[in-house]
Amino acid sequence: MGNLGIIFKRELLGYFATPLAYIFIVIFLITNGIFTFDMGGFYLRGQADLLPFFSFHPWLYLFMVPAIAMTLWADERKTGTIELLLTLPIKLSDAVLGKFLAAWALTGIALLLTFPIWMTVNYLGDPDNGVIVAAYIGSWFMAGGFLAIGSCMSACTKNSVIAFILTVSICFLFVIMGSPILLDAFPKWVPQILVDAFSAMGFLTHFDSIAKGVLDIRDILFFTVFIAAWLLASAIVIEMKKAN
Amino acid sequence: MIEISNLTKKFDQFTAIDDLSFNVKEGEVLGFLGPNGAGKSTTMKVITGFLSASTGTAIIDGFDISKNPIQAKQLIGYLPEGAPCYGDMTTLGFLNFVAQIRGYRGKEISSRVQHVVEQVQLQSVCQQTIDTLSKGFKRRVGLAQAIMHDPKVLILDEPTDGLDPNQKYHVRELIKNLSQDKIVIISTHILEEVTAVCTRAIIIAEGRIVADGTPAELEAQSKYHHAVSVKLTDSYDLAADLAGIPEIGDVEQDSEEELRYTILASQSKPIFTQVSEIAQSRHWPVTEFHVNRGELEDVFRMVTQQAQGEA
Repeated sequence: MGNLGIIFKRELLGYFATPLAYIFIVIFLITNGIFTFDMGGFYLRGQADLLPFFSFHPWLYLFMVPAIAMTLWADERKTGTIELLLTLPIKLSDAVLGKFLAAWALTGIALLLTFPIWMTVNYLGDPDNGVIVAAYIGSWFMAGGFLAIGSCMSACTKNSVIAFILTVSICFLFVIMGSPILLDAFPKWVPQILVDAFSAMGFLTHFDSIAKGVLDIRDILFFTVFIAAWLLASAIVIEMKKAN
Repeated sequence: MIEISNLTKKFDQFTAIDDLSFNVKEGEVLGFLGPNGAGKSTTMKVITGFLSASTGTAIIDGFDISKNPIQAKQLIGYLPEGAPCYGDMTTLGFLNFVAQIRGYRGKEISSRVQHVVEQVQLQSVCQQTIDTLSKGFKRRVGLAQAIMHDPKVLILDEPTDGLDPNQKYHVRELIKNLSQDKIVIISTHILEEVTAVCTRAIIIAEGRIVADGTPAELEAQSKYHHAVSVKLTDSYDLAADLAGIPEIGDVEQDSEEELRYTILASQSKPIFTQVSEIAQSRHWPVTEFHVNRGELEDVFRMVTQQAQGEA
């Protein structure tokens, strides 16, 4: 196991050493249930799919994911352990990636634990399970996008509450970027190509089709590049702000 | 060997370390002294590769910390200021993590962890969460982490800060036992620590070296070096008896104890024999009589205040 693996394991076990992981998973499952069955009209639609379940995920992640991401680096800075970690013989990339992957794994575990909803829909009807698997993968990648923003914001400050608020704000921006309300607000003189570029950065633009079961490689690529870019930014911020 | 050459670290306008150069050889225990804000911790952070220098180099056994950080860091064990550790882990969990990062695998991990646990006496708190430990234990967990891989270079930022006298004694013994063929750099405010464990001391102020030598050499710079301290039972005019002897300088009366005097040596040569001969022939009413080694504290104040005055 390389250093990346060792850091990943420490971080992931760290989540389960405190109540954080359990609280996160329980709240995630409860809110998912409420959104899907109550507000999403899962039964009323009378269709054997998980569209109501997945279409709420961007909004659920908007508050849940920053809560995990906020401590990633802010706490290291606050307690001074960042000095310990970064004077160990490891690469900064191992630390950034290891922490990110551990948090991402936690959201993955929470997502997997929603399997009773999948069982329900299979019991009640005959859904296209390929579509559901694709949507799960897409949802997980979107969570990764939120987390990567959170990693960078957490690196900016010692205060995890500030990191949380910053992350929610920026994530919100990326969620609504592709929404028609925002796109219609552009004045007529703005060239269409700019509007399209803006819309292409939005999470909803990419996630809507994924939720419907169209797992386009370009959407996954978008989230992968998005994650890589924010993690790179995290590393740069950490390097720059180490001194204070 | 550690070679520090022309090391400078600037934060915006503020210069924390100003053109620092020194070498440390195997077997040396270097005490790093200086007032708060003198640049001690910053220097250590640059040597250990946490911060990068603005200019200059720090070379650890041939590896430049900025060019070959991984190789250089493998040689270093570091206890940062305040001994930060992952508070939600248990002592054992944390030390296992460090052992793995330090490259131990399989059975080596537990045998190595067991070894350092015994060295710093952590047996009783192995299963406890680090957050619940007392300050002394936390500091020892930090030390255990630093000596995990039996490092060639040990850098300890205020290792005994906040410990009780017994714990301080223990940590000093540990450092002394470690240091045979190693390079140890410790920073401290406690001057007695320097005399207790260090073979060499560097005093820095305003980011520059203002004194460098063995503790004895530094003490020799004190105006109290070779001075003779006497306590009388009755008032007596010592100065009159001593006047005219060129090796003997001023006589100072103690500000708290009226009958205690310090006779200074003016040419930094021993004056004990002369003074004791005079005391015997003139029948001084003496109850105590001893030679001062000179006080590091004096030298510390002298050199650091000079530096601050110049800046």
